[in-house]
Amino acid sequence: MSDSIQERVLKIIANTRRIPLESVRPNSTFEELGIDSLDRLNILFDLESEFDIEIDDEEAKKVQNIPEMIAGITHLVEAKAKASPES
Amino acid sequence: MPRVVITGIGVISAIGLTRDAFWRSLTAGICGIHTIHSEDFDQLRFKHAADVEGFVPEDHLPAKDLSLMDRFAQFAVVAAKEAMAQSGLELTPAMREDGAVVTGSCVGGRSAEEVGYRELYIHGRNRVHPLTIPLGMANAGASHISMQFGIQGPSYTISTACSSSAHSIGQAFQMVRSGAAPMAIAGGSEAPLYFGNLKAWEAMRVISKDTCRPFSADRSGLVLGEGAAMLVLEPLETALARGAKPIAEIVGFGMSADACHITQPSAEGPARAMRMALRDAGLAPEQVGYINAHGTATEVNDRTETAAIRLVFGPHADKLAVSSTKSMHAHTLGAAGAIEAAASALALANDVIPPTVNYTTQDPACDLDVVPNTARPQQVEACLSNSFAFGGLNAVLAFRKFA
Repeated sequence: MSDSIQERVLKIIANTRRIPLESVRPNSTFEELGIDSLDRLNILFDLESEFDIEIDDEEAKKVQNIPEMIAGITHLVEAKAKASPES
Repeated sequence: MPRVVITGIGVISAIGLTRDAFWRSLTAGICGIHTIHSEDFDQLRFKHAADVEGFVPEDHLPAKDLSLMDRFAQFAVVAAKEAMAQSGLELTPAMREDGAVVTGSCVGGRSAEEVGYRELYIHGRNRVHPLTIPLGMANAGASHISMQFGIQGPSYTISTACSSSAHSIGQAFQMVRSGAAPMAIAGGSEAPLYFGNLKAWEAMRVISKDTCRPFSADRSGLVLGEGAAMLVLEPLETALARGAKPIAEIVGFGMSADACHITQPSAEGPARAMRMALRDAGLAPEQVGYINAHGTATEVNDRTETAAIRLVFGPHADKLAVSSTKSMHAHTLGAAGAIEAAASALALANDVIPPTVNYTTQDPACDLDVVPNTARPQQVEACLSNSFAFGGLNAVLAFRKFA
């Protein structure tokens, strides 16, 4: 079984921010992890590559914490699956 | 030290191909931002920009010269010609020998490089155009201006992102004031609307979803534009001696570095640059009636700039008019400082303060008098023009009405 969306998001945050994976908890805040606006840009960029999705600027601005980020990515991944169902 | 005046201004922008057209648009509150229909923009998340429409370089320069210039260099030379024509300055051999040309540009002629990259990486050709380097170099504007007028003194280009041409004008001002240069052409030009650069800005996630609404609660970011402005600077005494009519006086220049973050601004850095410009000018804060704000319409700029203005001006901040003309000509990056310096000088000369257009609702964190939507007839004694760059490099120019 491949990693869940949550696990993949946490891994990307850890890799992008260059911090140990175990320090990134699903309920961590961006402040706790020292993630600033430029880190967020990098994370969004890597998330788009990882999940092959496009994240809208306005939607991205609304994301305040990791649970919201995971929920947003899950939503986009599901929308993508619905748009192009595997035959 | 001699006083330094602006005797000529040239502008090319989305809201006017000449100084007069630019000023008419500024006072009428005309916005040059519109939806761009092109193959490049079809592949972008944003659809708006403020491009310069109707610019015909052949109307201004011989075809053989034009082939040596990228669009940003063409803008630079054409704006310089307009500024020199207005100044009426006839360069003497001594002025030619020691005159200065200082330009600002952020991306220079990199669109020429992009053409080369397409050849290499997409079309599989193993060569690029032989003029790729001279077209692409950021100093091409300064070089072509120096050749155009035979000016042989200190000539160079400053690249400090969105502060580039404010730094250029400031340094040229210092050279004329110190006597190092008998005259200067200073300003900036930019033509950044090429695909690779647009994509890079898209990735920064700072581009507005609709238009540029500085200080407005519903703003969503900046809009990119292109254009140029050039100023002719001279010592007051020589300008008056030859019967020139000064447009405004440059009285101060302040520079600072935030030294804190590559994209996030601080309030203290810009505040120090404003204080330094006032001190250099010998102006009390209360003498300033207008600030042409950096005002990019990103949340972080507008709030930080408001805080910085309050730090410097205290209670007087509530008596200041503070507008962002980027709401009309958009963010022209390396040309922004010069276009806004031109707007500031023209505001002083014409006793009209240009507005912040596209403004709908106040952001409580941006609670200054932003001159919403309509120009205001008002005489002010002095004004500042703010430029704050990514990387925390700040440049503030101070101007005084010439009377």
